[in-house]
Amino acid sequence: MSTTTYAWLVLAFPLAGMLIVAFGYRVLWGRGAGWIATGAILLSFAASVGALISLQGHDPAHRQIVSTLYHYASTVGVNADMSILVDPLSVFMILVVSGVSTLIHLYSVSYMESDRGFARYFAYLNFFVFAMLLLVLAGNFLLLTVGWAFVGAASYLLISFWYRRTTATRAGIYAFVINVVGDVGMVLGTYFIFKHTHTLDLLGSFHAAGAGAFGHATNNGDLVAGCVMLLVAAFAKSAQLPLHTWLPDAMEGPTPVSSLIHAATMVTAGVYLIARTHVLFELAPSAQDVGAIVGVATLLVAGTIALAQPDIKRVIAYSTMSQIGYMIMGVSVGAYAAGLFHLMTHAFFKALLFMAAGSLIGAMAGEQSLDRMGGFRRALPFTFACFVIGGLALSAIPPLSGFFSKDEILLVTGERGGWHWALYVLGYIGSLLTAIYTFRIIFRAFFGKPVEEASKLEAGVVTHGHPANPATGEAEDTDVGFPGPAHAIAERALPMRIAMSLLALGATGAGLVQIPKVDSVVDDFLRPSFADSSLYATHTKNGLLAVGLAVGAVLGLAGIAIAYRVWVARPGTATVVRERVPALYGLLANKWYFDDALERFVVAPMGALGRLARGGIERVFVDEALVGGTSAIVRAGSAAVRAAQSGFVRYYAALLVLGVAGVSFYFLLQT
Amino acid sequence: MTIAWYLAVSAIVFSLGAIGVMTRRNPLVVLLCLELMLNGGNLALVAFSRMWGDGDGQILAIVVLTVAACEVCIGLGLVVAIYRRRLPIDVDEMRELHG
Amino acid sequence: MSSVLFFIAAIGVLAGAIGVVVLRNPLYCVLALVVHLVALAVLFLLLRAEFVAAIQVVIYAGAVMVLYVFVVAYVGGEAETIGARLRSAGPTGAALRRAGVILAAALLVELLIALLGTGLSAIDGHGAGYTPGPQAYGTPAYIGKLLLTRFLLAFEIASFLLLIAAVGGVVLAGRSTGAVRDAGDAPARGDAPPALAVPPPPELRSAGSMAEGVGGSV
Repeated sequence: MSTTTYAWLVLAFPLAGMLIVAFGYRVLWGRGAGWIATGAILLSFAASVGALISLQGHDPAHRQIVSTLYHYASTVGVNADMSILVDPLSVFMILVVSGVSTLIHLYSVSYMESDRGFARYFAYLNFFVFAMLLLVLAGNFLLLTVGWAFVGAASYLLISFWYRRTTATRAGIYAFVINVVGDVGMVLGTYFIFKHTHTLDLLGSFHAAGAGAFGHATNNGDLVAGCVMLLVAAFAKSAQLPLHTWLPDAMEGPTPVSSLIHAATMVTAGVYLIARTHVLFELAPSAQDVGAIVGVATLLVAGTIALAQPDIKRVIAYSTMSQIGYMIMGVSVGAYAAGLFHLMTHAFFKALLFMAAGSLIGAMAGEQSLDRMGGFRRALPFTFACFVIGGLALSAIPPLSGFFSKDEILLVTGERGGWHWALYVLGYIGSLLTAIYTFRIIFRAFFGKPVEEASKLEAGVVTHGHPANPATGEAEDTDVGFPGPAHAIAERALPMRIAMSLLALGATGAGLVQIPKVDSVVDDFLRPSFADSSLYATHTKNGLLAVGLAVGAVLGLAGIAIAYRVWVARPGTATVVRERVPALYGLLANKWYFDDALERFVVAPMGALGRLARGGIERVFVDEALVGGTSAIVRAGSAAVRAAQSGFVRYYAALLVLGVAGVSFYFLLQT
Repeated sequence: MTIAWYLAVSAIVFSLGAIGVMTRRNPLVVLLCLELMLNGGNLALVAFSRMWGDGDGQILAIVVLTVAACEVCIGLGLVVAIYRRRLPIDVDEMRELHG
Repeated sequence: MSSVLFFIAAIGVLAGAIGVVVLRNPLYCVLALVVHLVALAVLFLLLRAEFVAAIQVVIYAGAVMVLYVFVVAYVGGEAETIGARLRSAGPTGAALRRAGVILAAALLVELLIALLGTGLSAIDGHGAGYTPGPQAYGTPAYIGKLLLTRFLLAFEIASFLLLIAAVGGVVLAGRSTGAVRDAGDAPARGDAPPALAVPPPPELRSAGSMAEGVGGSV
């Protein structure tokens, strides 16, 4: 089969899985929906591998293949095709997406087992994978936007999966609205680019841009505007400042959802977008600078906030935000391979961390607050091991994968020189913060005195608390629209253990493919996609390399040591620090007041405007004057006419006689 | 007497029937007054038939008579049904078909 | 001679009519109408409509009025009392009575003008010529021939109408089938509760749809 056939199959399998589950759930057996969905994504992964092998069979200069399935429309100079672009970048992305998705589907089969919305969940999840694959395989801006919007919709559906929980539905709407802001950016960006290149096709646009469609100087106004609009889209999707506030709230969704969408795949769509349109960005360095600055700002802000959050999933969410800051910074300064490599390793260890967190939350019977967790080391050994592996990878401790990927980004940033040294330094500070907050979770949850749930679990008893909303504590039931009654723990569920083990392997070993000076698998693989980039060639200076690697390792270990001292060796230290700097702590705990600012400066005025429009304009003019007025006129008219229908027969008889007399009178007058 | 006298009588009988329909409250009596109006019409028909000298008016008078009989049958059936349901026998009480 | 007979009959007609309108007891009204009908039959005879007069007496005064007497005896209806209620205002009170009388009077005047004020000179005559004979004007044979030739359709439709009226009368006045209780029926037993409760469907693997969550069934 040809490469593009494999690619179309990659798209077809999740779509088929979704349709089968969505339409056939009634006739499927027990967990059938889950197995069918997992099987569909597994087949998609197999097809991705097939695409990879087939693509590598082509000569490197010919590894960007476009395949058109359907010519949708051609009007006013716009050619809208359903076409996909198969090249190393998209194959890389589909491998990561379908691979991690398969494992998360497997995990979900156990995790969501007792949930009454089991089939709906898997239908949505397959839809999401289909949309994400469509996004990365898209061959023109149109299909890219379609995939973009679809993943936003899937994210909404899955965040508010437990729809009877008001916090979940609110979070889903919040995420969706901010996504729409990104979608607007996407479409406007496409317009600005189309204006000069006159084609929606991705490769066509890049060739036109390279050939001078935007003039021969850099920083053409329209191009910068277009690229900044695309950056807005990327920031909204990847939860970068200032469009990031939706990501922590998105933790309302089930944990596998958080792990798939909000760690491994959807939030990386922004990184993919910038990498894909690198030709345009390289012609607009101002836009690249914007991306880099926002990336580094996000990674620092998110890292600091993660130090003060009590909810375990939200800490991991801020960690995601921070790591994606690294990736965005990477692809904005030209470290494409490094950024994408970090995307891959991050997918592994972040998904692993979320899965392990899910297991821990299950052991806590749905409770997510770190304040109530402690001493689970003996009760949950496997989960602990996964947390440690994921944590070490996240903190960039050698020889795990995170070390190689993150340090490579910082290395290339440093090599760019000039003001990028600031980014280099700030990146390493962020690295220190990462280690601290990651091991904060691990030490707080797994060390110290075992809490009640942990002691009972060591004895073999799983706690079943009363079903309640973990954020607000209000009581719930376990019927449709709420989580099911059973709590999944990795130690007791084989599918979860399999998935987590495979991810742990990836988190540990994925770094081996890109050890500096030894091998550069990712670099070489992606090179054909970036053949037209002026920044891709990496010249690593040995001195900088050694310094970088050493500093990275040292900072990681230092972070772990600090965390150990604060949370294990001297347990009251955190409280003391908090009391010493209440203003700083308040800033961090309130997430740098971004949420409040958004609330006050955007949401509240919009709400007031809406209320004004409703009360002042709509109610008065439309409801009362137009609608009410018309109906009042009709009602008055009919009331007038109704008075004649009194119901008295004699009255009617009298009217009859009156009528006859009147008519006869008329005719008499005529003669 | 000339035909005109018969016509005058017919007009008077018709008007008396109309007064009765508008004035009486017992539905049976209202039906009776309705018969009066029909009879007035019959008289006029027969008178005109005599005037023209052919039997068309008489035929129509017979048909009117038949129809009156049918109408009486139905009307009385209605009154009996109302009586069976213990509602008052009074046209002013039967006023649910109002707007 | 015929004039005298005319006046006697006319007075009978008018007296009966006035009696129907004025008398309080409905049975008296029925009897007044019978008098009116018989007098009207005499008028018909004066107009040489022998068959119609016979029909009037036999069918109308004979059958229809007997039916009336039966129903009045069964139903009765109170003799209308002269009381405050009748003098009340509104669409049923004294205003309607006065209005009714005035309207009918107006109608009468118009009718008289219409009938007598026309230029139809023939009404001043005694009608067309009349030659007695077996099939002369007004005899049963004459009417019969007309009914079965020129007015056959009307004849058939009238008989159909009688059938409908007969069926209708039986349906209206017959015993009801239990939905509504009549006067004189035995008291109904307690109603069985309507069988609206559908047994719940077997437990299917649910999909977790909105409908289930807000309380509908799969």
